[in-house]
Amino acid sequence: MVPLEEVKKMELPADVKKKLTLPFEEHFYAGHTACQGCGAALGLRYVLKAYGGKAIFTIPACCSTIIAGPWPYSALNAPLFHTAFETTGAVISGIEAALKAKGYKVKGEDGIMVVGWAGDGGTADIGLQALSGFLERGHDALYIMYDNEAYMNTGIQRSSSTPYGAWTTNTPGGKKHFLEQRPKKKVIDIVIAHKPAYAATASVAYPEDFMKKLKKAQTIKGPAFIQLFAPCPTGWRAPTDKTIELARLAVQTAYFPLFEYENGKYKINMPSPNKEPKPIEEFIKLQGRFKYMTKEDIEILQEWVLREWDELKKKAEIFG
Amino acid sequence: MPMRKVMKGNEAAAWAAKLAKPKVVAAFPITPSTLVPEKISEFVADGEMDAEFIKVESEHSAISACVGASAAGVRTFTATASQGLALMHEILFIAAGMRLPIVMAIGNRALSAPINIWNDWQDTISERDTGWIQFYAENNQEALDLILIAFKVAEDERVLLPAMVGFDAFILTHTVEPVEIPDQEVVDEFLGEYVPKHAYLDPARPITQGALGFPAHYMEARYTVWEAMENARKVIKEAFDEFEKKFGRRYHMIEEYKTDDAEIILLTMGSLAGTLKEFVDKKREEGVKIGAAKMTVYRPFPIEELRALAKKAKVLAILEKDISFGIGGAVFADASRALVNEKEKPIMLDFIIGLGGRDVTFDQLEEVVAISKKALEGEKVEEVNWIGLRKEIL
Repeated sequence: MVPLEEVKKMELPADVKKKLTLPFEEHFYAGHTACQGCGAALGLRYVLKAYGGKAIFTIPACCSTIIAGPWPYSALNAPLFHTAFETTGAVISGIEAALKAKGYKVKGEDGIMVVGWAGDGGTADIGLQALSGFLERGHDALYIMYDNEAYMNTGIQRSSSTPYGAWTTNTPGGKKHFLEQRPKKKVIDIVIAHKPAYAATASVAYPEDFMKKLKKAQTIKGPAFIQLFAPCPTGWRAPTDKTIELARLAVQTAYFPLFEYENGKYKINMPSPNKEPKPIEEFIKLQGRFKYMTKEDIEILQEWVLREWDELKKKAEIFG
Repeated sequence: MPMRKVMKGNEAAAWAAKLAKPKVVAAFPITPSTLVPEKISEFVADGEMDAEFIKVESEHSAISACVGASAAGVRTFTATASQGLALMHEILFIAAGMRLPIVMAIGNRALSAPINIWNDWQDTISERDTGWIQFYAENNQEALDLILIAFKVAEDERVLLPAMVGFDAFILTHTVEPVEIPDQEVVDEFLGEYVPKHAYLDPARPITQGALGFPAHYMEARYTVWEAMENARKVIKEAFDEFEKKFGRRYHMIEEYKTDDAEIILLTMGSLAGTLKEFVDKKREEGVKIGAAKMTVYRPFPIEELRALAKKAKVLAILEKDISFGIGGAVFADASRALVNEKEKPIMLDFIIGLGGRDVTFDQLEEVVAISKKALEGEKVEEVNWIGLRKEIL
């Protein structure tokens, strides 16, 4: 393995560097313990790239606890605070308040970014109250929900962010066809109900879009939230080389459209379908977690996707 | 010159916080402690206190925000009681494990069910295993003083553990007493500024706090908390000495009252100590050889001091406002640990008293003495006794 100090010194030829759309600098190092094809690890890498050495991370009990590395290791070139499952919103509030009290500049181009990095279970379920408190109080910090649509760290149990029809270890199908019965909770809508300074969805398939949003979250004053779609091949029973394709299809089918909410205005971002979305089958057929769905189940999911997509388009029209 | 003011226990705690100059306070309202953050918010609003005041949405978030703030390297304060402290339970371990010297004021209150807002110590006693230092105040002056001492001890490099200061719900939280407010300059000298040397969050110096500890490392991490709590014994005594020098008031791990020739010693904590002193005076007039003792520090448990106290007594009667179902009072169990290998030890009796705000009366204390006397005379008595029970409604 190339020693870290050597990696840090590596330089790209100027003509190659010019073509890069993302920062070359690496702050998420090899040796992390994510599964193969992990969308969350990819997302975390982009966040670290975006903020370089200027962020403090808070991670609750989740996959990323493991990914970052057990004591005494860390894959992150950033201060990292591990906290309890439901506390991300509260802990980043405390860190932000302390930095302000110390007279540090928080957010803005040259300020410190206080970043909460939590999964869908830690955000949509057990951490929802602390998230609400953080948003409502208006702290200058960024909360990122990396959404892999189930409790993956404990072994693939459904969360309220799990979609209709999905297999998980506690929606196992079985003789009674007991798959996930409820639609995916729209956490982003709950967030927007707080009228935060900035809220957006993003996907690991569109890193430039994600990077742009991370930069916005940095410069806009007030609380920011990004829901990052991060496929989990392990939990979705999908091939590990399909992470990007799945994340892209989620956008192209309008299952997980990319948009922003800023100053009361909605804006759908370009990677989202501009004409008819692709059929949801294209997204689900690559994943073992959906293989027990009946034709009717797929219709129910398709209908939900289009209804939600329609609602978003209307919001963008009215509040665009 | 120190100023004297008549104030409630909660106000005394708020004044202590003001004097200690925490940079972040995060709190959530709960009876009987609400007035502490309320008063602090007034100090902040009037520009008398320069702190970030986070109005969190629960106690769980209050302590989580404090943990975040303390990890970012600033002096941090909060207040709660009862259900609020119970809700914090999970995070109390994290604060101690991460060695964050947060100080918390507690208006000691009973726990549900049934719902009860009045005084006992079940809230803090139930947190005895979390790694927090615990002080108990007898009066409002002690509430103020012990909060200052708590900061001093908690932030000491040899300790670095969070600390809670308990003072009895309503009996102290809502009762006005004259309190001496120390001079700010002297408090500044006593506490100094909190500057963490090892673990704090700063992008210029990336470190990880609270990482996963495998079986190969977890025990050692826990052991360091044990060691820190052991170190706290010495540090607390040093802080008591320095406090006396600077402010003229003396504190002890265990404070004794008329114990020198006592056959029966009544040991307690908190405001009940005041009642016991009066009761001891009365019994002394009747010719009973009785004394009282007050435990000011419950964690670390004052083992040596208790052994010294026990040597003086024939009966050590522990009066406590808490119960660990299936064994007895927690203080009794802890005191038993302190004395178990002593060659000579007194008869030890446990008295569960004053739960959920029930007044502790002299009649009840007479019952304690009567049982203690029986034991003294060689009669077999119960080890754990519930005092003042209304048998007619059972």
